[in-house]
Amino acid sequence: MNLAFLEKLDRRWLFLVLGILVLGPLLHPIGLPVFPSEPVRQFHDAIAHVPDGSRILMPCDYDPGSRPELVPMNKTALRQLFRKHCRVVILNLWPGGSLLTDQTLESVAQEFRASGHPLVYGVDYVDLGYKSGNEAVMVLMGQGIAATFPRDMRGNVTADLPLMREISNYSSFPLLVNISAGTPGTKEWVQQVNSRFHLPMVSGCTAVSAPEYYPYLQAGQLRGLLGGMAGAAEYEKLCGEKGSATQGMDGQSLAHVFIAVCIVLGNVIQWSKRTGARS
Amino acid sequence: MQAYRPDARARGVASSGMLWSCALLLACACAPAVSRAALPDALDTTRTYLAPAPATGLEFHDVENDAGRGIDLHWKLSADDRARSQAVTGYVLERAQTPGGPWAVVDTLPRLTDSKTDDSVVRDTPYFYRVSVLGPGGPTRSLAAAGPAIARSSWFNTTRASVVAFVLLFFGFVLYYIYSAQSGHRPFVRRLAGIDAIEEAIGRATEMGRPVLFIPGVQDIDEIQTVAGLVILESVARLTAKYQTPILVPVSYPIPFTIAQEMVKSGYLHAGRPEAYDPDSVRFVSPEQFAYVAAITGIMLRDRPAAHIFMGSFFGESLMLAETGFSTGAIQVAGTANVHQLPFFVVACDYTLIGEELYAASAYLSGDAKLVGSLKGADALKVSIVIVIVVGCLLETFGVHAFTAWMTTQ
Amino acid sequence: MKREIPLFLTAVIGLFMIVSFFVPHQWVSVPADFLQQCAVIVVAFGYVLGGANVLRVSLEGISRRERDWPYKLVLVLSLLFTVIVGLFVDKQRWQDPGTISLWLYDNVYSSMQATMFALLAFYIASAAFRAFRVRSTEAALLAIAALIVMLGRVPIGDAAMTAIFHHAWIPHALRELKMSPIEEWIMNVPQSAAKRAVLIGAAMGVMATGLRVILGIERSYLGGGD
Repeated sequence: MNLAFLEKLDRRWLFLVLGILVLGPLLHPIGLPVFPSEPVRQFHDAIAHVPDGSRILMPCDYDPGSRPELVPMNKTALRQLFRKHCRVVILNLWPGGSLLTDQTLESVAQEFRASGHPLVYGVDYVDLGYKSGNEAVMVLMGQGIAATFPRDMRGNVTADLPLMREISNYSSFPLLVNISAGTPGTKEWVQQVNSRFHLPMVSGCTAVSAPEYYPYLQAGQLRGLLGGMAGAAEYEKLCGEKGSATQGMDGQSLAHVFIAVCIVLGNVIQWSKRTGARS
Repeated sequence: MQAYRPDARARGVASSGMLWSCALLLACACAPAVSRAALPDALDTTRTYLAPAPATGLEFHDVENDAGRGIDLHWKLSADDRARSQAVTGYVLERAQTPGGPWAVVDTLPRLTDSKTDDSVVRDTPYFYRVSVLGPGGPTRSLAAAGPAIARSSWFNTTRASVVAFVLLFFGFVLYYIYSAQSGHRPFVRRLAGIDAIEEAIGRATEMGRPVLFIPGVQDIDEIQTVAGLVILESVARLTAKYQTPILVPVSYPIPFTIAQEMVKSGYLHAGRPEAYDPDSVRFVSPEQFAYVAAITGIMLRDRPAAHIFMGSFFGESLMLAETGFSTGAIQVAGTANVHQLPFFVVACDYTLIGEELYAASAYLSGDAKLVGSLKGADALKVSIVIVIVVGCLLETFGVHAFTAWMTTQ
Repeated sequence: MKREIPLFLTAVIGLFMIVSFFVPHQWVSVPADFLQQCAVIVVAFGYVLGGANVLRVSLEGISRRERDWPYKLVLVLSLLFTVIVGLFVDKQRWQDPGTISLWLYDNVYSSMQATMFALLAFYIASAAFRAFRVRSTEAALLAIAALIVMLGRVPIGDAAMTAIFHHAWIPHALRELKMSPIEEWIMNVPQSAAKRAVLIGAAMGVMATGLRVILGIERSYLGGGD
């Protein structure tokens, strides 16, 4: 059969099929089972092993572009930390992301308040907001966090907040939980903070950047890694949640299958064309 | 502090040390939440607790290899501080400049914590430390203060000796090969098809009467790939000036934008056509990743450049740019050291520079002996690193860890 | 002098920052911290320069009625509207509920960003169909690895393996075969090995480029003027 005509297929047909495959399971979930992988288990365990009540630094380096991939894992991580009475300090080195991360933090705090755990801003959590300068900010935080962020996201004097009075620099934290969409992100935190200040860290990142961080995971510079929505869904499973990442996995599964079909079909067309030319 | 949240669980506890407890907790006003957060969930409020056993064995050490900014402190946990015990809720670390006080709180710490680095010290100043144990039965002070501890500044970070060795080795290699190249021993540089294709692409754009689009990545100047991309831009601008073809350079950050202007101007000047330089050919767009992508794809679809050259640091936008560029039929040459984006460029572009080829491109393009010499120096260091990796693997395999320890930095 | 002074400053500050990595003493670390802070401030001021260029190029385009000038008009109006609302209407309360800034962020900026990033999935499908060709043994290996990783990353991979191999007549060892462990092995072993090699090579390139700039061997960024 000559499939050469498919080579000139308008790519918008592919876009349409992909759109339907992603949208369909969101409306009618299939409920495919999720099995946590080792890097995800390590991420979960790294947080689980932090002493209850610890202070945790959580740089959330993403903006709304990565919302579907990173907000679910960010929320699950915050829930795991708040359940352990950990006090969380978040910041954002992406100019467009600080409002989103503040909304994410506040929505999780609100959940806890609604369930009878009255988390208080300034005592249980602080949002330092955005600061320009990428790696330079990371290095400066090593000298003093309140000095690097004189005011928090909400305009308070950082040094006056009860939680921040306990915090001087990286040595005030037993763990850094980075949620990263690119640069500045996990690579820079590993190079500038984990390597120089020896602050143990875990990372949740977009699927496309996860392969880049595997060498850091193997070297022990990262204690755990969540890669994209799949990682977030596995993490939700470990935490006993069924959030938006788990819901999105059906659609993502079908999208992956479709792309695999595209690769195979593209090659079948090529072979059919070559065979046709020879005959 | 109570205005933030009163701690009901701590209030119902009776103890003989209540007054002292209140005084200490007020002194520790900087962190009331620690003791609250550190309380085990299932605290039995009906029983009366005794004050916990004290922490003992407080030791101090000046943090080595720093600027006199920290003192490491270690102590033995209170005998009552056990995994499932409720007798200890946390520790308070205090310091004073004389053994008799006055004492100031350094930090309050969760239970099961036996160390802390005090990095709020003034260098060359003596300090005395003591640890108190907090619990529902009241606080217990340590039996004796430890000190004097003095933080001193170091002149050399000894844990980075291996890095110094490699930096000096690298400088040595580079300077030697630069000298060697200037003396006439020009090193061989293999052909880089991607760079050779740039001239072909510009030639095609000239034939078609369409502009050339150059993208120096989506990162600021602190990313060295952006620097490498901008250096290549100068050579590209020379060629476009030579062929009298317009060049478009949309830039995502302001500092690379000003440098890109200088690069294009320099290219036109070196090509002997300074009057042909158009200041508007270099434009600042937006540091917002996807706003930048929208602008570039708009330029690709409206102005239809015949050649797209992507040189620098790229992320999620790589495939969007390259696929849109492919759909316009332009010749596309890409180069990036962002390994996770390379597959996207490889499938959608005609030529791709992989990793270090991006950094080698400026030397390859200019042919300058000094630049080519520095390439050779980098290659020599790479050979050294391969040897170090092999030797390190062998030593570790045979249980010798000294070399690995020397290579570990702080 | 226009070239010598910048070259001198680059060399001195560059070498000083390298030295500061090895010398923690306050005589070195304090000036190095100060330089880091200066870098943050210089970068922040760079945005003023960039904003001015956007306005100049766009306003010139509008006044000359260049092709597609309405797009430039939209850009200028959006830019001015956002800045004016942020500076003069919402002021310090720009992130509070009910402000125009927050509405713009939630309903314009956020949605447009997510839409643009989501387009990537469509481009990947198109590129996979058009460009991923198996023309050699190496390309075939690459394609097989890609398929395993793609399917192993999502639950359907393991579910499919179970459906295929979980039958009584299939040997026990094969019955337990899952795609995710193979995917993890590919990511941890061959993928990481290749990535490390490229990263080490790229790091050499970074050092060589940095050294060329610091030593003034690479000076084209200073422009052509004297």
